[in-house]
Amino acid sequence: MRIELEKRPRASAFYAVLSPFIALLLTVIAGGVMFFLLGKDPIAALYSFFVEPLLDVWSLHEIAIKAAPLILIGVGLSVCYRSNNWNIGAEGQFIMGAIAGAIVPVVFHEWHSPLVLPLMLVFGMIGGALYAAIPAFLKANMNTNEILSSLMLVYIAQLFLDWMVRGPWRSPDAYNFPVTRDFAPEAVLPEILASGRTNLGFVFALAAAVLLWFMMRYTLKGFEVTVLGQSERAGRFAGFSSRRMIWFSMLLSGALAGLAGISEVSGNIGKLQPIISPGYGFTAIIVAFLGRLNPLGIILAGLFLALTYVGGEAVQLTLSVSDKVTRVFQGLLLFFVLSCDTLILYRIRLVFPGAAVPAAQQGAE
Amino acid sequence: MGIVEAILLTVITAATPLVLAALGELVTERAGVLNLGVEGMMIMGAVLAFAATQATGSPYLGILAGIGGGALFSLLFGFLTLTLVANQVATGLALTILGLGISGQIGEAYVGMSGTKLPQIAIPLLSDIPYLGPLLFRQDLIFYISIALVIGVNWFLFRSRAGLKIRAIGDNHASAHALGIGVIRTRYLAVMFGGACAGLAGAQLSLVYTPQWVENMSAGRGWIALALVVFASWRPWRVLAGGYLFGAVSISQLHAQALGLGIPSQFLSALPYAATVVVLVLISHNRRTTLINTPASLGKPFVPDR
Amino acid sequence: MSVAGASAGSPLLAVRNLTKLFGTFAACNGIDLDVQPGEIHALLGENGAGKSTLVKMLFGVLAPTAGEVLWQGAPVSIASPGAARRLGIGMVFQHFSLFEALTVAENIALSLDGTIPLARVAERASELSHAYGLPLDPKAHVADLSVGERQRIEIVRALLQNPQLIILDEPTSVLTPQEADRLFETLFKLRAEGRSVLYISHRLEEVQRICDRATVLRHGKVTGACDPKRETAASLARMMVGADVPHVSAAGTSAKGEVLLEARHLSVPARTPFAVALKNVCLKVHAGEVLAIAGVAGNGQGELFDALSGEYPTAEPDAVHIRQRPVGTRGITARRLLGAGFVPEERHGHAAVTGMSLSDNLVLARNQSDRQAFLGGGVLGIIKSTAVRMAARRISEAMDVRKSGEDPPAGSLSGGNLQKFIVGRELDRQPSVLVVNQPTWGVDAGAASRIRQALVDLAKSGSAVLVISQDLDEIFEVATEIAVISEGRLSDIYPAGELSREKIGLLMGGLYGRAEPMTEAAHAH
Repeated sequence: MRIELEKRPRASAFYAVLSPFIALLLTVIAGGVMFFLLGKDPIAALYSFFVEPLLDVWSLHEIAIKAAPLILIGVGLSVCYRSNNWNIGAEGQFIMGAIAGAIVPVVFHEWHSPLVLPLMLVFGMIGGALYAAIPAFLKANMNTNEILSSLMLVYIAQLFLDWMVRGPWRSPDAYNFPVTRDFAPEAVLPEILASGRTNLGFVFALAAAVLLWFMMRYTLKGFEVTVLGQSERAGRFAGFSSRRMIWFSMLLSGALAGLAGISEVSGNIGKLQPIISPGYGFTAIIVAFLGRLNPLGIILAGLFLALTYVGGEAVQLTLSVSDKVTRVFQGLLLFFVLSCDTLILYRIRLVFPGAAVPAAQQGAE
Repeated sequence: MGIVEAILLTVITAATPLVLAALGELVTERAGVLNLGVEGMMIMGAVLAFAATQATGSPYLGILAGIGGGALFSLLFGFLTLTLVANQVATGLALTILGLGISGQIGEAYVGMSGTKLPQIAIPLLSDIPYLGPLLFRQDLIFYISIALVIGVNWFLFRSRAGLKIRAIGDNHASAHALGIGVIRTRYLAVMFGGACAGLAGAQLSLVYTPQWVENMSAGRGWIALALVVFASWRPWRVLAGGYLFGAVSISQLHAQALGLGIPSQFLSALPYAATVVVLVLISHNRRTTLINTPASLGKPFVPDR
Repeated sequence: MSVAGASAGSPLLAVRNLTKLFGTFAACNGIDLDVQPGEIHALLGENGAGKSTLVKMLFGVLAPTAGEVLWQGAPVSIASPGAARRLGIGMVFQHFSLFEALTVAENIALSLDGTIPLARVAERASELSHAYGLPLDPKAHVADLSVGERQRIEIVRALLQNPQLIILDEPTSVLTPQEADRLFETLFKLRAEGRSVLYISHRLEEVQRICDRATVLRHGKVTGACDPKRETAASLARMMVGADVPHVSAAGTSAKGEVLLEARHLSVPARTPFAVALKNVCLKVHAGEVLAIAGVAGNGQGELFDALSGEYPTAEPDAVHIRQRPVGTRGITARRLLGAGFVPEERHGHAAVTGMSLSDNLVLARNQSDRQAFLGGGVLGIIKSTAVRMAARRISEAMDVRKSGEDPPAGSLSGGNLQKFIVGRELDRQPSVLVVNQPTWGVDAGAASRIRQALVDLAKSGSAVLVISQDLDEIFEVATEIAVISEGRLSDIYPAGELSREKIGLLMGGLYGRAEPMTEAAHAH
């Protein structure tokens, strides 16, 4: 049996909407198989992974808290990927944003003012953007592959944070624990609902997604992003500069990752410590693709991946399955998303040896 | 054995996985496929090699498991990018994310377990050469394979007909197809070779470099191997040289830490990553040479018209 | 191949009812074709008639949907190019199937089936290339070779198989007239040896000159089989096109106006290892005139277009003038704002983004020149989609663009219709300067004549038009002035009436009409 692709005359709008959902379904099925292999009742495990967290207020808040950084980073990455700039170092930009934003509450901890929080957020964005400026500069001016340079900078950022919290910024009252001093109350991102811990970071995420959706959908800048991503040569013909687009997309996604970083430490953790992210910067790549690089889709995708984090913690408690299953789920999901996207541009047909005519046809509308 | 030999031995041990993984990726990229999942295939090789060694007691079966696991895992990438023409960059990332996840899941049972180190094989006579003997001829099997592969791949790519076909496909897949060369089939084989090499590199990590299982123990080596291929301008001998250069950098930071120079250990640990960026910049800033060396169809999707 | 001694009169190759469907579209529909031993057989048809699809099936690259192929009287199934070669079929592709990064010998070895050791390939190749008057250096890298030399590789590669039938797909479209003559001599030599040639072309004049018989295709069907020497060019054209193609009424009636486009000692170093450097190019295009630049592909046409359009600005502001203003260092947007329009050679991914709609592709070229009409919201730059759509419809109607649906993606249009839209997109602005690279490359006859007429009409209305083209027929149809580009140098400019094809051919071959520039002139500015 052989699989053959036949290009559709034009992209299928039907599958453009449906493909993420097919991917989700396939992931859930594969997840059930995995739980079965681990010796657990697949139905019960899937229920406790995907459904239970939706049933109580506490976990709904946890989902919102985890979705906020995923959406913020994901929408920034979507602009990068649409313009063919492969920033995969958002994890590093997240960390540098958190460190830059924490300058105010850690170094100037005796300064109390309502300006503290806005300054932190601005510093966070600048920190993330500056860190993303390194691969941007190297790509625009030195022709260096941004995938590898941005990724290497993640490792460096992680080590830098480790040094900061063990060295210069270690709290004097933490008995040698590698943490900074706790942020003062005016340096903490306020909660927005009386029912739980969801903070302002979630609002930032939604606002960023809506703004970028508007930009991509209606403005010339969004058009420029799409054109340069599909054909650099056509973009040049249109008078657009791919070099400026490298800067624009990398600085934008870096700033959003930095904002996510400072929002996370300010709103959720309350101090700096050696590990401040369970891989949000990498998971956001999955979020971006699951959302089909559309900012509104990314809101839904971010919520779903946040659910996999919370669900992973849930099954760890109820079924004593390692929370590593979350990572497996996330990896599988990206695979299925990428596979299902093929349906948008191609008809898939199975060809059996000997048969001259396609014996089975899938995806014919 | 003197201190110099001891240091050189550690350099060899650190360089071997880089050389292996980069060599596999080199063949994959020569066929025009960019597989960014080296890190994922490597970590799968590491965990499977360790698990198989624990289960059978034989590190040689462990090596086989690492090679086979890497190759099978790369098939996933091949299916998506070659059969379903998915985006190669995104699929490579997916392979890495999935590999790190699955290996963590499989490896959970082995955390903290002490492993079996791959024994050294002394080659008669040659191992008695002063200085060189202990360094090059009293090594483990994976080291010997890595050297043989560099020679073999170089011969294969530039002297054999199959190698010529791989280079042709990497240069222009449409022309290769028009001449009747099986583009997709050849690329599947090249991708699997890359997976097998990455898997072997992973086995080296969990059987030789640090004979135990630690989560994420590949620690970015797969990505460094990718950079090495660019550094080597897609030539096997330069992969060998580059691999040893990077091995030396990562070892020097360990020795510097041991000497206690007063430099924070995190800065020294960051050295290999920073070195990778610097080397990439030095290699690629000349657009003309990069353009000449890069396989022209690298990363581009191909759908045969039938 | 046991039937090698088949009875006299049985064709070498016979094709019966051969059909190829792409989805529901029939690229070839019930084709019948006979090729006799020792004849040069023409396959005539315009772009999109199904010629390339047919020969790809004969060479095993595409699988037929239905029908039958007989080789020396026996039915065969040609499953792969290797199978075709084993039967005795050799192929010279239109867009060569060569590998730039490999040497000539390696390129040749790739189409042999592994029996000859690599080292012997080089020897055999140089023997053959001398025997047929096709000199080649087996150690040279293809990237360094001219188009003509590349074609020789393809031919030698086909001959190495000792084929009974050689298929050539549009072989002269990339050659100078003199190079074409040499190719014809090689073909006659092959015919004298008893081999057959299937010669694919849309050029009537050369088919009449060298072919013994012709089969004509239109819309995937055979519309005629004839002896081309007994037909007139007009009768062949009617078989090919199905109707009389309207003649382009040439320009040249209007008086010369002021200089609107000028290049002064334009020199540009090669940007990539595969590019051609421009050397001291001087040209002037006056209002009301069409300057056509002839030349064989790969002699700097694309680079000249890049420099004139400002996609890659030059270092010297004075190197390019548009409407008397120095714009050498300005980008394409600034040049458009001065009233210039540009049509690049490549439609897909340069002039148009394949996956985007026609209206988006309109914004592509005119997002700044028509800022007032197409953008709103001040600095936000919101695209007025209604206004853009209406303009796209206006252009489609003016140029008779045939499309499925109101605003389909550019990639779904045929080459001719997309090109009409791309040219119409510029004409719609009434540009005072228009630079067009290969205006009708790969376009059907009806669309080509419409586009050429539009270019001539634009010049008549007082604009300056520069046409870069490989197609000499096209050049004589539209030009008031002609120059030739060769290895990045431009010849003198001649009035169209004063140049013959032979003279152009000599200029194409690098015999410069221009003496080295006077030193005073070079230092004058």
